[in-house]
Amino acid sequence: MMRRAALIAVPYLWLLVLFLAPFLIVLKISLSDAALAIPPYTPTLKDGIGALISELDFENFVFLTEDDLYWKAYLSSLRIALISTFLTLLVGYPIAYGMAKAPEEWRPTLMMLVILPFWTSFLIRVYSWMGILSNEGLLNQLLTWLGLINEPLTILNTNTAVYIGIVYTYLPFMILPIYAALDRLDSSLNEAAEDLGCSKMQAFWLVTIPLSKNGIIAGSFLVFIPALGEFVIPSLLGGSGTLMIGKVLWEEFFNNRDWPVASAVAVILLLILVIPIVLFQRNQQKQQEAEQ
Amino acid sequence: MRRLSWFNVTSLTLGFAFLYLPMIVLIVYSFNASKLVTVWAGFSTKWYGELFRNEAFLDAAWVTIKVAVISSTFATVLGTMAAYVLVRGGRFLGRTLFSGMIYAPLVMPEVITGLSLLLLFIGIGLDRGVLTIVLAHTTFSMCYVSVVVSSRLVTFDRSLEEAALDLGASPWESFRLVTLPIIAPAVISGWLLAFTLSLDDLVIASFTAGPSATTLPIKIFSAVRLGVSPEINALSTIMILIVTVGVISASLVSKQNAVRAQKDARAAERTA
Repeated sequence: MMRRAALIAVPYLWLLVLFLAPFLIVLKISLSDAALAIPPYTPTLKDGIGALISELDFENFVFLTEDDLYWKAYLSSLRIALISTFLTLLVGYPIAYGMAKAPEEWRPTLMMLVILPFWTSFLIRVYSWMGILSNEGLLNQLLTWLGLINEPLTILNTNTAVYIGIVYTYLPFMILPIYAALDRLDSSLNEAAEDLGCSKMQAFWLVTIPLSKNGIIAGSFLVFIPALGEFVIPSLLGGSGTLMIGKVLWEEFFNNRDWPVASAVAVILLLILVIPIVLFQRNQQKQQEAEQ
Repeated sequence: MRRLSWFNVTSLTLGFAFLYLPMIVLIVYSFNASKLVTVWAGFSTKWYGELFRNEAFLDAAWVTIKVAVISSTFATVLGTMAAYVLVRGGRFLGRTLFSGMIYAPLVMPEVITGLSLLLLFIGIGLDRGVLTIVLAHTTFSMCYVSVVVSSRLVTFDRSLEEAALDLGASPWESFRLVTLPIIAPAVISGWLLAFTLSLDDLVIASFTAGPSATTLPIKIFSAVRLGVSPEINALSTIMILIVTVGVISASLVSKQNAVRAQKDARAAERTA
C-alpha cells in the first residue's frame, strides 16, 4: 500500500506545486498593488500573512472595467473567436464530408494528411502566411497577374489575416470530430429520406446535418476555446488594430511590466472561458452516455 | 466501389490545397537566391549555409532539443503514473481535484499557464533557464500523456492483470510484465506528443526562459516579428522535413504492427 500512496502522491504533488499553486499566485497578485520593486507588486509573502490579507483589494479589476481597452479587447477576442470558429466550420465540413464519402482504402491516407500539419510547428504554419498575404506577397502577385486588382490589397496586419490564420491552424480540430461523426452515419438513412421524396439537398439538411451535430459542436468548441486566448496569430498576422486578450496580457506583462493588471486580465479571461469549457464537457459526457 | 461526386472531389482538392500550399510555398522560397522572399531570383541553397553558420540559432536548437527530450521523458513517466492512478487507483482523498488538475491544463490558455509559472518561479527565487522551461513543459505535457495513456488503459482487459496477480506476480511485476507491454504503443505516442509539444511551444517558453537559455521558437518568433526572412524559411523547411519523415515512419510502423497482430490473432485462432 506504500507503493500505491507513492504512485498517487508523486503526480499529485507535482501538479499541486506546478499547476495549482502558480494559479493561486496569479489570483493573489491580481488583488495586489503594483510597486516599483522586484518583484513589482505589494504586499509580498515577506510582509507576513496579516498584511497579505488585509492589503488585498479589487482595484485592478475596477481598473479593468474603467479602462476601455480591456472591454474592447475582451469583446473583440470573443468576436474574432466566434467568426473564425464559424469560418472554420464552413471550410472544414465539406472536407470532412468528402473524407467520409471517399473510398475505404483512401481514408487512412486522408486522415494522415489532416493530422500531419498538426504535428508541424504552429509558429511555422502561422509564419507561412506572412509571405503569402503581404502587400508584395504571392496572393497579391497572383491577383494582379490575373488582372483582378490594380492596387495590392492590404491583408497582412488586419483582422482578415487573423481569421485566415485561425482557420488554417485549427482546421484539423474541426475536421476530425466531424469526420468521426459522419463516418458512423448509416447512408441508408439518406437513401430512405430520398425514397420518401426528399431531394439530395433536403436529405443532407434534414438527415446528415442533424446526425453530425455532435461532431459539429465538439469541433466548434475545440476551435473556439484556444482561439479566444490566442497570442501568436494576432501578433504575427494581426495589426496594431487587432485587439485580442492574449496579446493584451502579453504586452501588459512584458512591455508595461504591470504584473497585477496582467494577472487580473488572466483571471477574467479564465472566467470567460469557464462557460464554453463547462458546456463542452457536458456535451462530451452526453455523447458518451448516449453511446453506452 | 463508390465513386466520389464532383462536389466531394472539389472540396477535398481545395481543402488539401489550402492545408498544404502555404507550406509548399514556404519550402520553395527557402531555395530562392534573392533576399526578398517574394521575388524569385533563381535556385540557391545559400540560406541553408547561412543557417548553419548562425551560432545563435544552433545554440537555441540545442537548448530546444535538450529541453524536449528531458521534459517529454519526465512527462511520460508522470503522465503514465497519473493515468494509472485515474483509471486503476480506485477512490482516494482529493480524486476530483486530481482529475481536474489533469484536464485543466489542456484547455488553459498558454498565456495564463506561462504567466502563472513565471510568477511561481520568481516567488520561490528560482533562476530562469533550462531547468524552469523543463519544469513548465513537463507540467503541461504530462496531462496530454495522461489522457492518451488512460484512453488505452480504459479499453484493455483487466482480467489479464488479475491473472498475473493470481499466478503470484507482485503488483509491480504485473505492471511491468503485463500492463506496460500492452499500453506501450500509447506510452510511446504520449512521449512523441510531449516531445513535439515541447519543441513547438513559444508562449510558455517565453515566460519561463531566462537570458541564459533561449529556445528555437523564441528565436524564430523574434526574427519573424521583423518580417519574412529566407533563413527562417530554410529553418522551417528542415523542421517540416523532420516532422514529415517522423510521422510517416511512425504510421508505417504502427500499420506493420497492426498487420502482425492480425496475423498472430489468426494463428492463435487456428491453434485453438
